Amino acid sequence: MVSPPNRRSSSSRRAQYGTFFGYLLGFGGAVIGAGLLAVSLSNPGAFAFLRSGASDAVAPAAHAAAGSRIHSQGLVATIEGYFAAASQNAALHREVEATRVRLIEAQALAGENRRLKDLLGLMQAETRPVTAARLIGSTSSSTRRFATLDAGGQEGVGVGMPVRSPMGLVGRVLEVGRFTARVLLVTDSESVVPVRRASDGIPAFAQGRSDGTLQIRLISLGINPLKRGDALVTSGAGGLYRPGTAVAVVTSLTPDGAIAHVISDPGATDLVVVDPVWADIVPPAPAPTAVPSRSPIKHAKKAAPAR
Amino acid sequence: MIVQRLPLQLGKQLAEPFRKRINRAPSPFLAYCVPWLSVMLGSLSPHWPLIASAPIVPPMGLLILLGWMQLRRGLLPIWVGLPLGAFDDLFSGQPFGSAILAWSLAMIVLDVIEGRFPWRHFLFDWWVGALIVTAVLVLAWGLANIGGGSTDMLVIVPQIALSACLIPLTGLLVSLLDRFRLLPIKSV
Repeated sequence: MVSPPNRRSSSSRRAQYGTFFGYLLGFGGAVIGAGLLAVSLSNPGAFAFLRSGASDAVAPAAHAAAGSRIHSQGLVATIEGYFAAASQNAALHREVEATRVRLIEAQALAGENRRLKDLLGLMQAETRPVTAARLIGSTSSSTRRFATLDAGGQEGVGVGMPVRSPMGLVGRVLEVGRFTARVLLVTDSESVVPVRRASDGIPAFAQGRSDGTLQIRLISLGINPLKRGDALVTSGAGGLYRPGTAVAVVTSLTPDGAIAHVISDPGATDLVVVDPVWADIVPPAPAPTAVPSRSPIKHAKKAAPAR
Repeated sequence: MIVQRLPLQLGKQLAEPFRKRINRAPSPFLAYCVPWLSVMLGSLSPHWPLIASAPIVPPMGLLILLGWMQLRRGLLPIWVGLPLGAFDDLFSGQPFGSAILAWSLAMIVLDVIEGRFPWRHFLFDWWVGALIVTAVLVLAWGLANIGGGSTDMLVIVPQIALSACLIPLTGLLVSLLDRFRLLPIKSV
């Protein structure tokens, strides 16, 4: 049925004005939204104070929710465990045997490393984490992937600091509030992490694809040397991330690189550690000439946290 | 219809104060605050105990808002997209202002459809809701990409499908909340 031609909401003048101003405000809202959007697109940090204030305000409730998230996850894992117990047990036994050998080899290598470093007179850089905290939320319906950390400026968290879990790299701090901080996850499409293959150090970039996987782009083009199952670790280039943090495992190959699965799934991560920016810990290499030596690192630092 | 088939089940002890309908009226606080609070709670879905490594969780705030607009026209004003969209933007991860714009436009479109088709079928509401959610999600995807992302559009297809399937369920939830909102608990 078509609505009647007379669309007056009421015969009352007051009600008519109410409807009119309601519509005016409705269209005004769209215009205001477009204006705010233009501001935040041209300057992404423009409303950071509002966002951090809001996440500070809901942090206590979010903290409780995060706890139940971890518990429910544990429950699912327990139920799953019953179904795969026998085959998993056998597989784990084999894995332990193989790992034990690797561990002994690794101990030998660590000793050798220490010896060689002593020989070269290199300083072992002390990396003390800034703080340990919990991920209390992650954007679940937007294509942008951010997480909220329950530590902020009060605990010494600063913009650009890498966040990692025991499994591997999670992301880096983007905005800092008083009690919370916003983390750009490695799976976000704006996050680009310099990585290398763990086995032989082939350099590449890992860019997020927003669906839990990473696009690996090799720096040197040519025959694609990557294989399924290759582990990728941070290379330390750019000065943000400490070298050697695990990032991803290659799952499928593409013509110019690979698709890799993130080892430390941010959605399933509970406790994380915030590290200081790598370039701030490691003193820069001595300058070969009179050119100021800090400039490349400084540039990288400036370029990397900027959005 | 849904409201009558699925009454809010209260325990016997709890239901006793509400048994007396005479001299009782709904509390104005509940009647007016429940719609706003429910949408805001939906917007807080990034802090819900959910695990999602891909953007697959439907925009709960928008779905609940659609439910209220379709169930009770005029309960929420047409400019509701401005304040509630701003609240959603604080937590959603989108560039600030994208939900204000998208929700405001959605409310105007809903109002036009409401005026054009005063008598509607359940399926018609579902279709309209699905179309609006799809349009908002595609707009949000485009804006997120302008704001620094570079996501493939295929990533949001499962989310769109899930949101469209969820519309009747959020409608049901809203009708239960509506029932709760109008409980006669205040004596007059």
